Amino acid sequence: MSAWIDVCAVEDLQADSGVCALVAGQQIALFYLSKTQQIFAVSNFDPIGKANVLSRAMIGDLGGEPMLASPLYKQHYSLKTGVCFEYADITLQTYPVRIDNNRVAIKLGAE
Amino acid sequence: MNSKQTLVVIGNGMVGQQFLASLVNSAAYQHYQIVTFCEEPRPAYDRVHLSEYFAGKTAEDLSLVPADFFAEHDITLHLGDKAVAIDRERKHVTSAQGHIIQYHKLVLATGSFPFVPPVPGHDRPHCLVYRTIEDLDLIQAAADVSKVGVVVGGGLLGLEAAKALKDLGLQTHVVEFAPRLMAVQLDDGGGAMLRRKIEALGVSVHLNKNTTLIDDGEHCRHKMNFADGEALETDLILFSAGIRPRDDIARSCGLDVGPRGGIVIDNQCRTSDPDIYAIGECALWNGQIFGLVAPGYTMARTVVADLSAETASFTGADMSTKLKLMGVDVASIGDAHAKTPGALVYTYQDGRAEIYKRLVVSPDNKQLYGAVLVGDANGYSTLLQYCLNGIELPENPDSLILPPRSDQSVGLGPDALPDSAQICSCYAVSKGDICAAIAGGCCTVPALKAETQAATGCGGCAALLKSVLDCELKKAGVEVNTDICEHFPHTRQDLYNLIRVGQIKTFDELLDKHGQGLGCEVCKQAVGSILASHWNDYILEKPHIGLQDTNDTFLANMQKDGTYSVVPRVTGGEITPDGLIVLGQVAKKYGLYTKITGGQRVDLFGARVEQLPLIWKELIDAGFESGHAYGKSLRTVKSCVGSSWCRYGVDDSVGLAIELENRYKGLRAPHKIKFAVSGCTRECAEAQSKDIGIIATEGGWNLYVCGNGGMKPRHADLFATNLDKDTLIKLIDRVLFFYVRTADRMQRTSVWMENMEGGLDYLKSVVIDDKLGLCEDLEQQMQHVIATYQCEWKTTLQDDSKLKRFRHFINSDQADDNIVFVEERGQVRPANENERRHFQLLEEVA
Ligand code: SRM
Ligand SMILES: Cc1cc2nc3c(=O)[nH]c(=O)nc-3n(C[C@H](O)[C@H](O)[C@H](O)COP(=O)(O)OP(=O)(O)OC[C@H]3O[C@@H](n4cnc5c(N)ncnc54)[C@H](O)[C@@H]3O)c2cc1C
Ligand code: SF4
Ligand code: FES
Repeated sequence: MSAWIDVCAVEDLQADSGVCALVAGQQIALFYLSKTQQIFAVSNFDPIGKANVLSRAMIGDLGGEPMLASPLYKQHYSLKTGVCFEYADITLQTYPVRIDNNRVAIKLGAE
Repeated sequence: MNSKQTLVVIGNGMVGQQFLASLVNSAAYQHYQIVTFCEEPRPAYDRVHLSEYFAGKTAEDLSLVPADFFAEHDITLHLGDKAVAIDRERKHVTSAQGHIIQYHKLVLATGSFPFVPPVPGHDRPHCLVYRTIEDLDLIQAAADVSKVGVVVGGGLLGLEAAKALKDLGLQTHVVEFAPRLMAVQLDDGGGAMLRRKIEALGVSVHLNKNTTLIDDGEHCRHKMNFADGEALETDLILFSAGIRPRDDIARSCGLDVGPRGGIVIDNQCRTSDPDIYAIGECALWNGQIFGLVAPGYTMARTVVADLSAETASFTGADMSTKLKLMGVDVASIGDAHAKTPGALVYTYQDGRAEIYKRLVVSPDNKQLYGAVLVGDANGYSTLLQYCLNGIELPENPDSLILPPRSDQSVGLGPDALPDSAQICSCYAVSKGDICAAIAGGCCTVPALKAETQAATGCGGCAALLKSVLDCELKKAGVEVNTDICEHFPHTRQDLYNLIRVGQIKTFDELLDKHGQGLGCEVCKQAVGSILASHWNDYILEKPHIGLQDTNDTFLANMQKDGTYSVVPRVTGGEITPDGLIVLGQVAKKYGLYTKITGGQRVDLFGARVEQLPLIWKELIDAGFESGHAYGKSLRTVKSCVGSSWCRYGVDDSVGLAIELENRYKGLRAPHKIKFAVSGCTRECAEAQSKDIGIIATEGGWNLYVCGNGGMKPRHADLFATNLDKDTLIKLIDRVLFFYVRTADRMQRTSVWMENMEGGLDYLKSVVIDDKLGLCEDLEQQMQHVIATYQCEWKTTLQDDSKLKRFRHFINSDQADDNIVFVEERGQVRPANENERRHFQLLEEVA
């Protein structure tokens, strides 16, 4: 069981877009879907493009599953599970997120 | 050792090569050892499209022979070696280089040569012909030192040659012996209309002219003296006065030849010696020489069948033609001269629109014998099908050439054609063949081309092929889904109209009213682009941010390692020394890699996201602005140096390029847009490969539209000529906004044009004739975009809340440690994986 780590204020997020946070030395991409009021956290490293760019992805849904589209080569990843739509064997690390007192916090390890 | 017989083919031209290509796929192939003599320095190439050599195609582009063809099929090729004698007794062929080849079967495919009338002086320097690539090289070289050019002969080829001379920048004349142009194909009325159109394009036509002597001119190199006492001075003469079959080698070995030349053949293409065949333009069948490639191909297939012991015969060929001569549509079908006894004739002439049409029909009004079309050849396929397939004409045959009275269409739908109807005459593909291929799973034009070869020759049947395909797919109930994505059941064009009519200003509003779900990168970008085209708001306004791709979000292009490139606008490619120094200083200060782009400006690569505002601040302070290299919007207007410096420049291409780039910069569109302006027809700015291309002429600006470089290059179409600047700009406004409104997402203007029903003519009718009554609206919208232009970088630098995004981490000032550069050729570049690992190791050790 790891602890919640405070990351940033809710206002620091970009509605329907992403930002990157440095959390205990790791790069985490945070996305805020305004329509459903959900926040997602996934690792910022693009495993196919091999660069720290996923926070600059566009987001939306495919068949109802919230997703991001890599800014480099446009592969889609589920924001919930991190699974790549195009290559089932590639998965992004995802992290639990919570909002407390207008602050965004995430957990790094699995619960 | 070898039980095979030897087959020798003399001539590796278009027909000789088609013969080899069919042979290697036939039953006969295994029985023959094949040897071919090719007099020219290269194997067969596409003579039909020879003129494109002047437009930049290379000899390789024109080649008809796949690499390794001869080796793969074990064919001995004697390149650059001419067959000089046939010994029919001993059955061997001797070549100029001394090869003696024993044959069992011999095929003559020696083609024809251009006839040069034996006028005294015809052999003076710079008197040339138009048949081979070498001829074209000579013409090019002669044109470089000439101002005036004359084509002798106003037939099909002569007019094509005249266009070539015109394009080479010569003042061009056509001198014709007969009283009309294209005497073989056209009647007097059609010839007269064609002459008017061609003269309007700046080529002088001289009819009824019999040249009697060519000698020294006073102002030009030559003077042509005519029988009627008149004379014409010129620097270059191109003879295009018909062709003569190359039958000398057949003649000297005693084969039968016609009284006016041509190797006599029977229905199996056999000459008077049963072991020798003749095919193509050297062959005389039933007293006729066929100067087109399609009949030659049929002869080639006939011989292959004969060698394979199949029954086949050549029974003549239809000589109908449709072509564009200097941009003028001309077509001739069947008995154009009404020579069939009892034939009735209908003519329609529209002097204003410069259209001439003539129908030749049977006495009972039921069969079409022939037709002539000048100025508008849209009815060609329909009429040809009536003629070739003996389809009964409608009650009033004149309805086929009169302009439609209501909006009912008189076209003959592909459905009305019998299965036997020939769709592609180059490759003898029938409607039945095409339907079979469709039934076998070919659902696109490219698939059909690959499967049946239809439309891969002259291309004349491409439109008909497509309509047969569409018709069959429709019958099969196939419906093509054109929805932009799962979130909107609409096309991009529909979405544009919904936004315009409903005055919708944000993506969320559109999604609520007309869509479902959350959207995705496809519809978001498309809608973001439409909103920007229509309203031209700042793209980083809150409701629009999520609609932008990373390039638009950070107003820079993301590179492979997550850094960005910086491309300031350099209008028209013109830059001051001070401007260059600033770019150099900024690049040096931030350690950026610099490169001159293909768009005549400078790209600075390797900027980290947090450096972008700092870099842009310096650039903007020095007077630069955003180059929109990141946007689906106007990129560059390329220019050549033009009349300010160039000795040939006709007008100020740089000035116009700068004006146009400033006018349209920032315009968001379905895809990127590129322009170029050239100062004369030498076209150093390559305007004909751009979405909008402009070339200066003595009479004003010529406008070209819908060109493309890139993955599938397309030559731009000539849209309007000799325009003054105001008219030019008006037309560009309209074309661009019509494109913005109606194109699909990520569709360049080239593809938009290719998919437009009615094509170039339709676009002209909308933009020039205002057929849809849209022009004012289009101009106004363009005016709105121009009036609301802003440099997005300038706006961004003024807004602290926007600048917050330009950091790698939201909660730290650290930089991305994954960005590692190494040096190459004196500049930086992203490290590759091995180099990165190496650096990591060094760090761990340290
Ligand atoms: C920098 C440059 C290459 C260079 O070093 O010269 C370049 C670089 C890129 N080109 Fe290009 N193109 C560049 C001139 C061209 C040209 C030449 C021209 O403009 O005269 C062409 C062919 C002309 C044309 O577009 O018709 C060209 C045809 C393409 C295409 C193919 C488009 C097509 O219709 O087939 C793409 C892909 C696309 O747009 O979908 C492309 C895409 C790209 C992208 C955006 C690829 C990418 O996604 O990273 C590159 C981004 C560069 C960057 O980060 O700045 N680039 N690209 C040139 C920038 C010109 C400028 O000053 O803005
Ligand atoms: C500019 C131009 C435009 C044209 N446009 C069209 C068009 O739009 N539509 C159309 O249908 N047709 C068109 N044609 C005509 C078409 O190109 C010819 O019908 C076709 O090339 C005929 O093919 P062929 O093989 O009979 O002759 P060629 O292609 O001329 O081939 C004959 C070859 O044999 C070689 N040869 C001759 N004698 C010997 C020898 N003794 N030994 C070795 N080699 C020898 C010649 O060098 C030549 O390479 C055009 C022609 C030209 C020049
Ligand atoms: S040609 Fe390909 S690699 Fe080169 S700049 Fe253009 S897109 Fe990049
Ligand atoms: S008719 Fe020439 S390609 Fe089909």
